[in-house]
Amino acid sequence: MPEKRIVSKNCGVIDPKQIDTYIKQDGFKALQKAMTMTPEQVIAEVKASGLRGRGGAGFPCGLKWEGVRNAHGLETYVICNADEGEVGTFKDRYLLQNDPFSLVEGIAIAAYAIGARKSFIYQRGEYRYLLAQLKDAIQQAKGKGFLSHTDIEVREGSGAYVCGEEMALMESIEGKRGELRYKPPFPTVQGLWQQPTTINNVETLMNVPQIILNGATWYNQFGTERSKGTKVLAVAGDVAKPGVYEMVLNGFYKELIIDLAGAKNVKFVQLGGATGRIIPASMLETTLLSWEGVFSAGPVTVYDESRDVLDTVHRTMEFLAEESCGKCSPCREGCGVMVNMLEGFVKGTAAEKDIKILEELSSTMMLTSLCGLGQAAPNSVMDTLKYFREAYEERIQKTEVVKK
Amino acid sequence: MTNKPTSSKNRKEMLELLQEAQSQTGFLSQEAMAKIAESLAVSKSDVYGVATFYSFLSTKPQGRNVIRICQSLPCHLKDGQGVIDSIAKELGIKPGETTKDGKFTFTMTNCIGECDKAPAMLINDDVHGNLTPARIAQILKTYK
Repeated sequence: MPEKRIVSKNCGVIDPKQIDTYIKQDGFKALQKAMTMTPEQVIAEVKASGLRGRGGAGFPCGLKWEGVRNAHGLETYVICNADEGEVGTFKDRYLLQNDPFSLVEGIAIAAYAIGARKSFIYQRGEYRYLLAQLKDAIQQAKGKGFLSHTDIEVREGSGAYVCGEEMALMESIEGKRGELRYKPPFPTVQGLWQQPTTINNVETLMNVPQIILNGATWYNQFGTERSKGTKVLAVAGDVAKPGVYEMVLNGFYKELIIDLAGAKNVKFVQLGGATGRIIPASMLETTLLSWEGVFSAGPVTVYDESRDVLDTVHRTMEFLAEESCGKCSPCREGCGVMVNMLEGFVKGTAAEKDIKILEELSSTMMLTSLCGLGQAAPNSVMDTLKYFREAYEERIQKTEVVKK
Repeated sequence: MTNKPTSSKNRKEMLELLQEAQSQTGFLSQEAMAKIAESLAVSKSDVYGVATFYSFLSTKPQGRNVIRICQSLPCHLKDGQGVIDSIAKELGIKPGETTKDGKFTFTMTNCIGECDKAPAMLINDDVHGNLTPARIAQILKTYK
């Protein structure tokens, strides 16, 4: 899994406040090239590249655009999801901070491909300090005549994790509570204001200029069969060098966590934040960073031997219970029940039957929740029950001893 | 059950109007929300529903400066609790409270995306990272 800078190639190279420094690095050449192609050709190129959504779900980007292009609507919209709220991620912040122009160019290409006259960037409220620079980057691109075909508007979130979910995000742009919508219809058919909409992550869109400029064949050489390109990851926790790393999607986590970030005495790693997966240290050498292995949308949080697995899972569930939008009961009630049960394990007051209840509740939530939040909420419980079951069992034994 | 109004392009401004109103007075008063409801032709309860959904919007008066300290795991691993305790001690209030002089509101928040500088907090829109309990007093002094 060598490091390779595709998405972050301009970070630290250009001045994020000066468009000319970006243009010097071949900036906006991809947009100019795209404009000489038909929108269908642009979509075909992105499809051929194998680019999949970097927000986590991994839906093929070109297919999404094609869906919007073929859908019937009065308008079409591009939305850039810059609402990264997953616990432990800061990679979009790094990208927005260091290279807002690649994002603007990626949005401009997407808008051309689907024929959107209006585009939105939905940035989380926590990143308000980046707002002026982003708006300025759009103004500079406009001033250079790069945005004559689409108008990019920046909208700001207000502290709601669930608004990173595409349906909730669109509700929020429409000025509503960030609650889920039932799917289908999918956003490509009925998205923002019921019009065909493509909603893509910051990182996905920042891949696009490089794909158009260098071609799908060039992009194809990186990654595994079903996971092309690179992934930008945010490493934090018990590591010597926390930070943002861009890795080719074909290697094992050990290289990133041990070799690059300098982690020592690792006990377990949380990949993908609160709704992500937990793997023990013994699996770092065999777990592939890709959709074939374990894909992290950004967060890689490392825990050393001194950390308590159950404290981590309990805190993770507390977070999800707080951020659940409340629309569907499996997630709203399920997360709350899990918090209480996990608290029992943390305190050592859990009963033996609690493990079975946790497992049953997990599968119920996974099967019946409305969106990714509830469906993935039990991940940390399921994974730790699989890899650290003794941590749960120890807490039960203690209570029994006390009772006797 | 609330009847969701039909999607109107006007109401798309609701979140921005709420954010703007809050930045002017520090919180969303009943009057401010009623005014927004009227200008967008939606019900007051609808505006209240939106205002109370988002954790950065407040329907209660807040201090001149809002401290949001991250309680999520990456900050927790770097002794976030020590920093939280130190702020509480320095201000003499618990999370969720406002100082008597109206200078600070102190709240806990979820991941603010500054984990490489954990533990971290936001004061208004400013990020403060790599915090230690010892640095808190100094940082708070710079706010009026």
